[in-house]
Amino acid sequence: MPPLAQRNLLHDKVRLAVTLTGIVFSVVLIVVQLGLFFGFTTATSNLIDHSGADLWITSKNVPYVEQGVAFSERKLNQARAVPGVTDAQKIIAHWTQWKRHDGGEESVQIVGLNVDDTLERPWDLVSGRVEDLKTPDAIILDELYKQKLGVTGVGEVFEIGGHRARVVGFTRGIRSFTTSPYVFTTFKNAQSYTGMREDQTLFILVKVAPGAKIDDVRRRILASVKDVEVYTTAQFSHMTTFYWMFTTGAGVAVLIAAVLGLVVGFVVVAQTIYATTMDHIREYGTLKAMGAPNIYVYKVIMKQAAISAVIGYVLGMIVSAFVVRASQEGGAAILMPLPMAVGMFFVTLVMCIGAALVSINKVTRIEPAMVFKG
Amino acid sequence: MQPAIAVRELTKTYAEGSAGTLALRGVDLDVHAGELLMLMGPSGSGKTTLLSIMGCILTASSGSVRIAGKEVTSLREKELPALRLAHIGFIFQGFNLFPTLTAGENVELMLDLKGVAASSAKKRVAELLDQVGLEGRHNSFPADLSGGQKQRVAIARALAGDPKIILADEPTAALDSHTGKNVMEMMSDLAHQRGRAVVIVTHDSRVLNFADRIVRIEDGAIARRPEIEVPAGMLSHDPLQPSVTLV
Repeated sequence: MPPLAQRNLLHDKVRLAVTLTGIVFSVVLIVVQLGLFFGFTTATSNLIDHSGADLWITSKNVPYVEQGVAFSERKLNQARAVPGVTDAQKIIAHWTQWKRHDGGEESVQIVGLNVDDTLERPWDLVSGRVEDLKTPDAIILDELYKQKLGVTGVGEVFEIGGHRARVVGFTRGIRSFTTSPYVFTTFKNAQSYTGMREDQTLFILVKVAPGAKIDDVRRRILASVKDVEVYTTAQFSHMTTFYWMFTTGAGVAVLIAAVLGLVVGFVVVAQTIYATTMDHIREYGTLKAMGAPNIYVYKVIMKQAAISAVIGYVLGMIVSAFVVRASQEGGAAILMPLPMAVGMFFVTLVMCIGAALVSINKVTRIEPAMVFKG
Repeated sequence: MQPAIAVRELTKTYAEGSAGTLALRGVDLDVHAGELLMLMGPSGSGKTTLLSIMGCILTASSGSVRIAGKEVTSLREKELPALRLAHIGFIFQGFNLFPTLTAGENVELMLDLKGVAASSAKKRVAELLDQVGLEGRHNSFPADLSGGQKQRVAIARALAGDPKIILADEPTAALDSHTGKNVMEMMSDLAHQRGRAVVIVTHDSRVLNFADRIVRIEDGAIARRPEIEVPAGMLSHDPLQPSVTLV
């Protein structure tokens, strides 16, 4: 087929620019909103997903990780005694107050862990070692929150929950969904910082022995340890994510924005492709008079839409990549996993092809006899 | 011999509000292969409607239209494009070229519709443009061509489909007399040398001498006493021109 679609598209460069702007705007808006959704989703369950545990033991009716309720440490030994449990560790994840040097206070989430164990250790360290937490009053936090907490470097001393805290290292990219940064420390320090009783914990993390079925071990723990809930890591992660994203409405808001991006893109592309089609309506009438079946004309319009989609997608992803990269320095990460990037191509294609259907409807109604009308 | 186009008792009514407008009323007409027929008449007389129905781009309200022996009034709308593609070539007053395609690509478009492979199409395009005297203009866009050259491209495009019937609407209206004469010589050649049935709607009295037959349409019907003024010196005494028969 002679390059009618390409030429029609490139003929009016202003209109092409408008079309591509609409698509790029739509692609970037959808990527940013979906990326925020994925970023938020990841942030809400960061602690759980990186815990390395198979099971989480909590008090009854704990809806998400930030809402842990203290229970007796003695349950730790009961859990360790359950067949199929290879490791069990108590941890604390709880809010408390951080006092800055300038006197201001910030809310933080203390994560208390066993430094000698592999469960729930801070990850992606850029300075210091996890073992440094063994030194007195040691804490590790993420470099993203340095400014918020008034931290300039390792060795600085602050006050958390009225107790001394000394920075021994930094992680990179461990975000909290809330405005309260995670602060990693030993279990004992965490008890002090959060004001918990010494014989209590908020969670027990369980590692299942190789070959043992996680569900079987879960049922055995439920039977052996009274007044607790036992969730698989995936379950607890999902519960926490669901709470923050949907119960609070935060996730719905970004998803609605993503859908709006799609609608805006659809309308802009539909309008510009329709205008292009109307500009060439007499040519389509000529084609039909020459004997072209409707499908031939549809192909021309679809090809225009597809070309617009490909160019718009590429430009949109370039802009999105800059936005995603810039977001890594901020508090709210925009994530663009590969499946999402690939999926966006098909979303863009469907959006443009769908928009072209409006024009196709018009072309279907062309009377070829129009070619003889002056 | 079976006519290329046979029209019988043809009527066409355009719906306009509650009352319709009768554009054609009982038209009978045959057009034969190798014949150049001109349709004349005042504006609104129905000649373009008749041309459109003969070209299968407009449906009749009643009557019969046979194209190459095939009754077309009973065909479904989606069957008509294939019929047009197989039998009919159009030439328009405004050329109706695709402005974003080159002269060669405009012609190639018709070959693509006919399903001719791209490699063969290129060769055929070159032949067709050469035939209409446009050697070396294959890559010119319509905007860079004169009116006469555009109409030549349109003729080459119509010929690319190898149609038995050529229907032309005011093909010389936008051309100067010299260029119009050249175009008409080509149309005459299509009818007389290549055996096509050529029907031309025209108001241009300068080209009447090329007609084998002139049909005057008035008020949607073929006039019984047509009065066609053919310029002196352009009648059949000119041995180079075809004879003119007034219907």
